[in-house]
Amino acid sequence: MDTRTTNPKAWRLVLPVVILVAFNAVIPLMAVVNYSVQETFGNNEFFFEGVKWFREVMTSTRFRDALQRQILFTATILAIEIPLGVAIALAMPHRGWGVSVCLVLMAMPLLIPWNVVGAIWNIFALPEIGLLGKSLNALGWDYNYTRQPMAAWFTLVAMDVWHWTSLVVLLCYAALTAIPQAYYQAARIDGASRWSVFWRIQLPKMKRVLIIAILLRFMDSFMIYTEAIVLTGGGPGNATTLLSIDLVKIALGQFDLGPAAAMSLIYFLIILLFSWLFYAYMTKDDRA
Amino acid sequence: MAAIELQGLAHSYAAHPSTDADWALRELDLRWREGGAYALLGPSGCGKTTLLNIISGLLHPSRGKVFFDGRDVTPCEPRERNIAQVFQFPVVYDTMSVYDNLAFPLRNRGVRREEVDARVRAVAGALGLQSSLDNRARGLTADAKQKISLGRGLVRTDVAAILFDEPLTVIDPHLKWRLRSELKALHQKHGFTMIYVTHDQTEALTFADEVVVMNEGRVVQIGTPAQLFDRPQHVFVGHFIGSPGMNLLPAERGPDSELRIEGRRVPLLDRAQPLPTAPGSGGASQTAGSMRAAGALKDAAAGSLQIGVRPEHVRFADVGLPVQLDRMVDAGHVRILDLLHGAHRIKMVVPEEQVLPPATELRIAFDPHYTHVYADGWLVS
Repeated sequence: MDTRTTNPKAWRLVLPVVILVAFNAVIPLMAVVNYSVQETFGNNEFFFEGVKWFREVMTSTRFRDALQRQILFTATILAIEIPLGVAIALAMPHRGWGVSVCLVLMAMPLLIPWNVVGAIWNIFALPEIGLLGKSLNALGWDYNYTRQPMAAWFTLVAMDVWHWTSLVVLLCYAALTAIPQAYYQAARIDGASRWSVFWRIQLPKMKRVLIIAILLRFMDSFMIYTEAIVLTGGGPGNATTLLSIDLVKIALGQFDLGPAAAMSLIYFLIILLFSWLFYAYMTKDDRA
Repeated sequence: MAAIELQGLAHSYAAHPSTDADWALRELDLRWREGGAYALLGPSGCGKTTLLNIISGLLHPSRGKVFFDGRDVTPCEPRERNIAQVFQFPVVYDTMSVYDNLAFPLRNRGVRREEVDARVRAVAGALGLQSSLDNRARGLTADAKQKISLGRGLVRTDVAAILFDEPLTVIDPHLKWRLRSELKALHQKHGFTMIYVTHDQTEALTFADEVVVMNEGRVVQIGTPAQLFDRPQHVFVGHFIGSPGMNLLPAERGPDSELRIEGRRVPLLDRAQPLPTAPGSGGASQTAGSMRAAGALKDAAAGSLQIGVRPEHVRFADVGLPVQLDRMVDAGHVRILDLLHGAHRIKMVVPEEQVLPPATELRIAFDPHYTHVYADGWLVS
């Protein structure tokens, strides 16, 4: 028996949230869509241009270079942070005073404001006075991240690994501590090797949090701006000009609203598409 | 297959045990013969799982030694001891198929492929898993998962012993019965040494040749189901085994050094007569009622004394302890009576068809063969 009652006035209860979301998400996003298909010469006069800006952005080498740098950066930090995070989580103690010490140490980088992280590394890596920069030079590496693209990339990746590996560690550690002891005991009885325990028990049990960790690190690193702009400002030259840095230059530096809007939308769609594909692929077994 | 011997075994989870309560397992010695089916029975927290984990090598005892066939295996890991163990909650390897799960313990030991296949199929057959061998193990019901866990325990034929830690907890009642018979059949067929931990007396008594009853980290009694039932060594066993448990009545010694309950002699049935089934047909002889144990009792340290008798061994009698009927519960084929003698409650089991004597003249007596005397909780013999 259907006991639901319908009240046509009930939808009004969701009105506040509709207004709120419209005000801070839908309308700004539609404004960007609006800009992306129009041209303006000031005076608040706009002319419809169709997909001109999209075509321009897609064919510009500047965008393609920034996108390539962005993909390289994200792929690099994912390739380092995920395995490293899993390894550290596996090595962390599970009882005793060491647990709290490790957790506090791990949480520390996550608590530092992003621009402060950039500033710390900016000074830390300076070849003349920074601890890292001076040490690397003392070890015989002619290291100067303000002049050498390779050094700038190395510093940028090192900073991101320093800042964000903890997130992966904490997520994985939480998943590991949730595995019942009986699994490890059964594995010992079954004569499983250390590798089997990792591959057959720990990794499958970490799968869900690893999906979340990869998604979060993918999205965050794909949108990285603050730390990179404070550390290298996109330089030397354009060597570390990632997508978001380029976007800000176009939108606010040159005030090219049309191309900037088109670029924002393409940027947004890339993140959305990848996240969706990745998530759908990783969870296809759960739905079967 | 191996004979298992435990010597002076004790375990504490605390690093520096100081009080008695710190010991999960107090000093115990046990000897289990090869190919026997044993049960460890006791309430939750009595140390039975601790004992099991020490035997399998998952846990290293604080004190004492474990021997398999006379070989000291105390420092050995489970792998070296060649033990199989099934846990209370199902453990399956999610990413593997049911087949691979069952084959896992064999493959880890480098068993040949044809032999693995034969063993896996045999075990799957015994547990009714043939049709799901190719399925992924995840997403199965708890029943099926626990069958896989059982299967991984049974798949190796060369094990020293198979240990079960309350393996049927998550299984449906009707399946429980079937799986237990299946285990019993496998035991008879292969002669595994099996140790079965449970807090369920029915499970223990039906599975095992010999039951080890534990309480508060101690072994209280080891015996066949019949011994546990007829001659409990400790009031705990009397109370824990049987449903309802043994009646325990505080007793004191009279001037003639005979035992009395509230000043009355303990009423015993005359053993010369057959056990009565109708009310009043048994004469209680109080003169002949010097209990078997009473002689020994004179020498025994006089602690707090108790008379223990099972509800099944209480009869109505012409001469005996006067009681009042408080309650009656119909348990199907029998009725369980709650009788009151002063402040003492005595349970009695009577056949369903038995006609009760008039309520004003209820008197009971105990079967002397099954009436025991306990001093400070322990049987006086």
